[in-house]
Amino acid sequence: MTIKERDFFFRLAQYFVLGLAAFITLLPIIVVFLGAFKTNQEFATTGPFELPHSFLYLENFKVAIQQGNMLLGFWNTLVLLVFSSIGTVLTGTMTAYVLHRFDFTLKNFIRLLFLWITLIPNVTAQVATFQIVQRLGLYNTRLAGIILSMGTDIIGVYIYLQFLDSISRSLDESALIDGASFWTIYRKIILPLLKPATVTVLIIKCIGLYNDFYMPFLYMPKQSLRVISTVLFTFKGPYGARWEVICAGVMLALLPTFIVFVTMQKRIYNGLVQGAVKE
Amino acid sequence: MTYTVQKKVIITLFLCVPLLLLLVFGYLPILNMIGYSFTRWDGLGKKEWVGLANYLELFTRVENFRVFFVSIYYFVGAFIQLALALFFATLLNFPIKGQNLFKGILFFPNLINGVAIGFIFLYFFRDTGTLNTFLRFLGFKGQILWLTDPRVINYSLAATSIWRYMGFNMVMFLGAFQSISQEIYEAAALDGAERWNLFRYIMFPIIKPVVKLNLILSIKGALSVFEIPYIMTGGGNGSSTFVIRTIDTAFKFNKIGLASAMAVVLTIIILLITAIQEKMFKEERYL
Repeated sequence: MTIKERDFFFRLAQYFVLGLAAFITLLPIIVVFLGAFKTNQEFATTGPFELPHSFLYLENFKVAIQQGNMLLGFWNTLVLLVFSSIGTVLTGTMTAYVLHRFDFTLKNFIRLLFLWITLIPNVTAQVATFQIVQRLGLYNTRLAGIILSMGTDIIGVYIYLQFLDSISRSLDESALIDGASFWTIYRKIILPLLKPATVTVLIIKCIGLYNDFYMPFLYMPKQSLRVISTVLFTFKGPYGARWEVICAGVMLALLPTFIVFVTMQKRIYNGLVQGAVKE
Repeated sequence: MTYTVQKKVIITLFLCVPLLLLLVFGYLPILNMIGYSFTRWDGLGKKEWVGLANYLELFTRVENFRVFFVSIYYFVGAFIQLALALFFATLLNFPIKGQNLFKGILFFPNLINGVAIGFIFLYFFRDTGTLNTFLRFLGFKGQILWLTDPRVINYSLAATSIWRYMGFNMVMFLGAFQSISQEIYEAAALDGAERWNLFRYIMFPIIKPVVKLNLILSIKGALSVFEIPYIMTGGGNGSSTFVIRTIDTAFKFNKIGLASAMAVVLTIIILLITAIQEKMFKEERYL
């Protein structure tokens, strides 16, 4: 075989293997997509690979949204995302600014406190966190989800601290010479310059929160507070025998993720990998 | 305000809220957990001091340990996951059209909501579901009960976990590969035989530490498996993991003391593994 031939076969194999892998990855989702457009009757009589009679049959989506409370789930998730994001950006930038730019007595100890907490397995700690949330009267309130996602998930602090390395201290210093207060420096210099890091933090935060199941399941079980994860989880009961409705619910829950991924692919890769390296 | 006063004010104001949250919702639960682990408590009534009784019960009852064996499935799964990730990252790293599309498809499961993944694979593994239909199409006669037969259930769940997380490792490996100059790949592409050497002598050494780190992380991951089996089977049919058992002990059976002891034990194991990891990777940590 000539070099050219070998190269050709390598490329062929490359496409074949990757194509197969992509197909296997997508298959479980594709069959759910097909199922979402089938009538109850159709679902019972056709196999999972068969195409639905019509892709315009949207009854299952309607049932999922109206009876399944998915609209409420999306709304509650959105509220949680907005407040947690604001809280995380504020506490994260403030903590990182102080820890990065000032020297004070307990500084190193406080840095370590923020580091050590990441070593503890999160789910098992809920055994004792639950009691605190309950005693503070936060059980079954939106505040539980918002505060817990701000308080113990400190990925933001890491990313901001790292990013602050690249923001020259001479900027702070020249502002100081001009008579600016530390608050002004934070507000007018640091916060705007941290914007790229904020994008990363928000991506990690929002994907994490949108997909989080256990926190809302444990702390906000009330029907009116259910987020998309917990709303979808309740489909297990009443629609246990109605897979076509479950399929529609799954596709609806997937839709925002898909749109965000397609529009922000590069940032998501960078953000998530950056977040993981810190673990 | 002088800068000395200002400095004190800003440190106090900026740190008080984050630090309060960290202490109340991060550290206080851990201290409480250790305290609870020496008591018998249903979460409502009076706590009764029982000394080491919870730990004794934990270490003497076989069922508490059997769940640790379930982790082995996920651990082996993690090995397969890393091998696949390495394989696909390598393939993707050689020039190919549609690289982004392939990468995106293989990565996408990582972003999907855990409950949605649960349903997708409940449907996939259902008795008359996707997998069995496909196997019948291939001419396979019997029907495997992927999620009810205790002999296969953990394979099914571990496979789901591979499907979910493989793309993430792949993107990490790919990122490490991309730190190698692109010219090397292009030169190697001219001669097929060079590719293996390139992988063996240039690409693999570069990501060896990344692979090693991922291996240790996957031990921790395998010990703390929770979401997928909890959502899909609730831990039934022999698929319960240590974390599911802990959570059920606390919130289903209201044995906060025993559950706390379990949580303490898992935390200690995880910390030990972390210590080993730190020893192996003495690179600088950021914080």
